[in-house]
Amino acid sequence: MDFRNAAELLKLCHENQMQISDVMKQRECSLGETTMDAIGHRMKHVLDVMRQSAEAALINPRQSMGGLLGGEAKKLNTHREEGKSICGNILGRGIAYAMGVLEVNASMGLIVAAPTAGSAGIVPGLLLALQDEYQISDDRLVDALFNAGAIGYLAMRNATVAGAVGGCQAEVGVASAMAASAAVELMGGTPEQCMSAAGTVLMNMLGLVCDPVGGLVEYPCQNRNASGVANALIAAEIALSGIRQLIPLDEMISAMYTVGKRMPAELRETALGGCAATPAGCGLCSGCQ
Amino acid sequence: MSFISVFDVLGPVMIGPSSSHTAGTAQIAFLAQKMIGGNVKKVEFILYGSFARTYQGHGTDRALLGGIMGFSTDDTRICDSFRIAQERGLEFSFQIDEKDTDIYPNTVDIRMISSEGREMSVRGESLGGGKVRIVRINQVKVDFTGEYSAVIVIHWDKPGVAAHITKCLSDSNVNIAFMRLFREAKGHIAYTIVESDDHLPWNIAEKIRENSFVSDVMIVQP
Repeated sequence: MDFRNAAELLKLCHENQMQISDVMKQRECSLGETTMDAIGHRMKHVLDVMRQSAEAALINPRQSMGGLLGGEAKKLNTHREEGKSICGNILGRGIAYAMGVLEVNASMGLIVAAPTAGSAGIVPGLLLALQDEYQISDDRLVDALFNAGAIGYLAMRNATVAGAVGGCQAEVGVASAMAASAAVELMGGTPEQCMSAAGTVLMNMLGLVCDPVGGLVEYPCQNRNASGVANALIAAEIALSGIRQLIPLDEMISAMYTVGKRMPAELRETALGGCAATPAGCGLCSGCQ
Repeated sequence: MSFISVFDVLGPVMIGPSSSHTAGTAQIAFLAQKMIGGNVKKVEFILYGSFARTYQGHGTDRALLGGIMGFSTDDTRICDSFRIAQERGLEFSFQIDEKDTDIYPNTVDIRMISSEGREMSVRGESLGGGKVRIVRINQVKVDFTGEYSAVIVIHWDKPGVAAHITKCLSDSNVNIAFMRLFREAKGHIAYTIVESDDHLPWNIAEKIRENSFVSDVMIVQP
């Protein structure tokens, strides 16, 4: 069982009366020559590492290697626990987790690239926040990760997930699309709604540049992970409400890739444009003096 | 197109902060120490391009040093690799080379001496997402990824050596996925790299060494 694009994935879902996560599991077993049991265990390990990396910085702030980050996740968590969150519980938790993962990542902690290290906070951020709010089992979260993996695979296969190639829209944008689709399946949506949510995210993050201060995976990456959670949540809600999108996911992936390739090199991870090139950004960088 | 696994999307499980500058470099050094057969006593790293400019902020130095001690990309000891290396008496140094601009941006050269006195230099490139390839061994251009089990044979470029290698492999029931020969010049030193999906039996190295034109055999298994 294999698929090359979202249209083929949707067809497989319909023909076999399956969720996106089921199709992705079948594909992994047949092409990866492995068993459901083995991939289930491996994905549970992915979830465990994600959870540890999301929770660690909520309690113990960590200083990043490049010195640009430290303590953000704890501040957000404290703010929410004091009842001051204006985002509400799901988004409030989600952004604290997401920024926490980036804090752990930037301080040489253990994380899961999802799909990249710089965008690693978004998928765990949203899924763990939904788990907290709705008491969802780990088994269902593991399924949701296979759903997220299917969307990420489509972007990897038909476009890119590298900031150096497609800008931040390819990293945080794709991570957010993965999270949106997984959230829709988790909340009882259809495969069409999953793809619709993923497409909406790519639409809303289209053109986002990759401009890391000092060339480090720290700033604005951490903030962008929080915005990725918010975009995923918005898109999932739009899809679950029954709103239909006019542009299919495959075409949004292709549009994202085209836009990415047209970005000037300064805006693709070279730290020569955007935030990195602001006077403040340059002042924080020890690179060129 | 090669198979993209769900664990390529949700992975690698790695020590941060960068899949290319941290996980990739740990993996290159990990492969290098496997090639020399472990027990590196002295090592020099030369960093090029983006590595030269941002290696400290990405923990590239700690990752390289961890990899050379055999730590995998998800080993939390990478953070502490400087201290661990000092405790183990491993001599190490880092150089940067910003003059060579023709080189692929994320490149590192590793010059190693093992405790048995063996010397070897390896050049690796980090391709993003934790993927890497080895592009030079002892100044000879090669190309392999370490994703498969690999036999690297250093030999004189003479007739019959390649046949000898494939015979040893088929006798051990090993299925060849890729096989390539790299050489400096006709009749000189050559490197044959054979990659396989299967796990390689360790005695395969001894069998291949029986040919008088073979000077060394390395086994690198994932």
